[in-house]
Amino acid sequence: MSTTMSPPDPSLVEGLDEPLQVLTADGERRSHELLDPHLTDIDDQTLANLFIDMSVVRRIDEEAVALQRQGELGLWPPLLGQEAAQIGLVRVLRDDDFLFPSYREHALAWCRGVAAEEMLSVWRGTTYTGWDPYERRMATPQIIIGAQTLHAAGYAMAARFAGADEIAVTCFGDGAMSQGDTNEAMVFASAFHAPVLFFCQNNQYAISEPVSVQTPVPIALRPTGFGIPALRVDGNDVLAVRAATRIATEHIRSGKGPMFIEAVTYRMGPHTTSDDPKRYRDQAELDKWSRRCPVTRLEKHLQSTGAPVDSIRAEAKTRSDEVARSLRSAITAMSPPEPQTLFDHVLTTGDATLQRQRRHWEQLEESLLPEAS
Amino acid sequence: MSTMTMAAALNAALRDELAADDSVVLIGEDIGTLGGVFRVTDTLQADFGPQRVIDAPLAESGIIGTSVGMAYRGLRPVCEIQFDGFVYPGFDQLVAQVAKLHYRTRGKVRMPLTVRIPYGGGIGAVEHHSESPEAYFAHTAGLRVVTAASPQEAYQTLRAAIASDDPVIFFEPKGKYWTKGEVDREARADLTTAATVLEGTDATLVAYGPMVATALDAAIAASDEGISLEVIDLRSISPIDRETVAASVRRTGRLIVTHEAAGTASVASEVITGVIEDCFEHLEAAPERVTGYDTPYPPAALEEVFLPNLDRILDAVDRTLGRRDSRSHAPAHVEVSA
Repeated sequence: MSTTMSPPDPSLVEGLDEPLQVLTADGERRSHELLDPHLTDIDDQTLANLFIDMSVVRRIDEEAVALQRQGELGLWPPLLGQEAAQIGLVRVLRDDDFLFPSYREHALAWCRGVAAEEMLSVWRGTTYTGWDPYERRMATPQIIIGAQTLHAAGYAMAARFAGADEIAVTCFGDGAMSQGDTNEAMVFASAFHAPVLFFCQNNQYAISEPVSVQTPVPIALRPTGFGIPALRVDGNDVLAVRAATRIATEHIRSGKGPMFIEAVTYRMGPHTTSDDPKRYRDQAELDKWSRRCPVTRLEKHLQSTGAPVDSIRAEAKTRSDEVARSLRSAITAMSPPEPQTLFDHVLTTGDATLQRQRRHWEQLEESLLPEAS
Repeated sequence: MSTMTMAAALNAALRDELAADDSVVLIGEDIGTLGGVFRVTDTLQADFGPQRVIDAPLAESGIIGTSVGMAYRGLRPVCEIQFDGFVYPGFDQLVAQVAKLHYRTRGKVRMPLTVRIPYGGGIGAVEHHSESPEAYFAHTAGLRVVTAASPQEAYQTLRAAIASDDPVIFFEPKGKYWTKGEVDREARADLTTAATVLEGTDATLVAYGPMVATALDAAIAASDEGISLEVIDLRSISPIDRETVAASVRRTGRLIVTHEAAGTASVASEVITGVIEDCFEHLEAAPERVTGYDTPYPPAALEEVFLPNLDRILDAVDRTLGRRDSRSHAPAHVEVSA
């Protein structure tokens, strides 16, 4: 352990004045010294794929909101507006990188092969997990704010101790920056040089509280106090997020320790379907961010490159319609779990007390059955 | 067999598990170079390296939370919380994550963590260093909560805890760290069974951890007066071995439960409720609790007032046997006539 101390190096952070950006709100590609070298593989097909990804997850999101309004889901936390941040991140990670998300990272689950109805089953209340975390290399959505950041740091510590080169990625929001766990995760990651990417989607609100309640300085400045380099990127620019993620993952995978990305974005919808954002933000603000919509921005960019936008748009629509249709039929057909599964998986092995309670429940249920005539 | 202190027995258990299973890692504050403030991890970092015996930053939530992540990746973390009263910053990770992940993931993710917590008082310590917070954890589904009363129990229960695929909170009676006993390193234990440490016929005295020795002392003192106490060492606080306790009460008809933790919503409450449900008709007298009072753990100068002791246990024995006018010793809420 080093015994000499140094103040945070201001060169540890990029994008403090203006978030790093390569696509303007009008979809115009600007050259960028730092990001361009990490975007050399971008061609029309890649752009089309990103557009289709973002369109499909937006459609899943819209369908989920509709299903909630129709009483098929108990709750849904929309990702509307955050498609570029999530798709830009997940599409350049390796399949063996392990994700520790919060509850709004539907695009990550989708890109890891989780079916939309598996995602929604949690919000329908039939289960706490829609998928096997090991199969998808992605933990179940974390509801306690910031708790998953420590899991990612620990996972990364174990990966480093094992000499492996996979990394852990944790997603969280601006609100999580105030949690002890998030700050402790940065302490541990930094102290143990853990290969973890901290990915903060600063969507400007923690339910009703604007980000200014959490921090008076840019979020990306805070990890530098832990000695963790940070990039502050336009989270509605899928290419900028993609490039930033590549910079960060290359840094982390080369053994240089953790990195932090602040994706500056905007939650265009409510916190959840139970929230009413009109109580705490005005239409003008929403309009301003609507003009920065990540999906429209990429669509405009596709137009500017001369890509066959109509056919890409058509394909995105076909795929989205297909996913939405199959999601709706799967969700409305989804039955509740068998009641006795309440008692399963509390411990890995049986526990006499719980077995007794289960037996009592079964006897009661049986006694309530109508007698055979 | 060899004679060793409980601290040495715990050290031996950790050493044997580290040697037996490469996935076992230790993490905690001051557990490396220093060997722990109680020296329970003495020399382990030197022998197994800083990636198996990890000196953690001073953050209990961080210790538990990163251990969750390490467990996700196949390790078996053994966390040390330095003192009982320091566990609360880690409480959220323990009850909201560690206890629930197996259930949350329908059995896909296992959390084979062991969390070692030195607990209990009587050592003249400052605030937050003498508490008995076991009931908080016993109330949480998904955790096993165990303790030990002797070097042998400490050795075999800690090994069983580390080998278990369930998360185990292992409470170590720090006041007994320096008591010596024979330890058989070949012996194995489960994490569920209580032990009848002394057979008797007149009343059942249930204790665990630091109170087992006091319970045995009480049994010796009672035998001088011709009273035969059966002493049960609970060992597992959650789940409670209700069968062993009920089988004893069916023979003795009387029950006294003692522990250092306060009595309200306590392990004693749970043991007594279990007996009432399981063998009410065998009870000859109301069960008795001999516990810490419902105060915060007091300053060292008052801890002997707080802690259950020989006299308080014998007094409860007398009451349950109807040997005195129990009203003069009854709890304050019972109306006492002038």
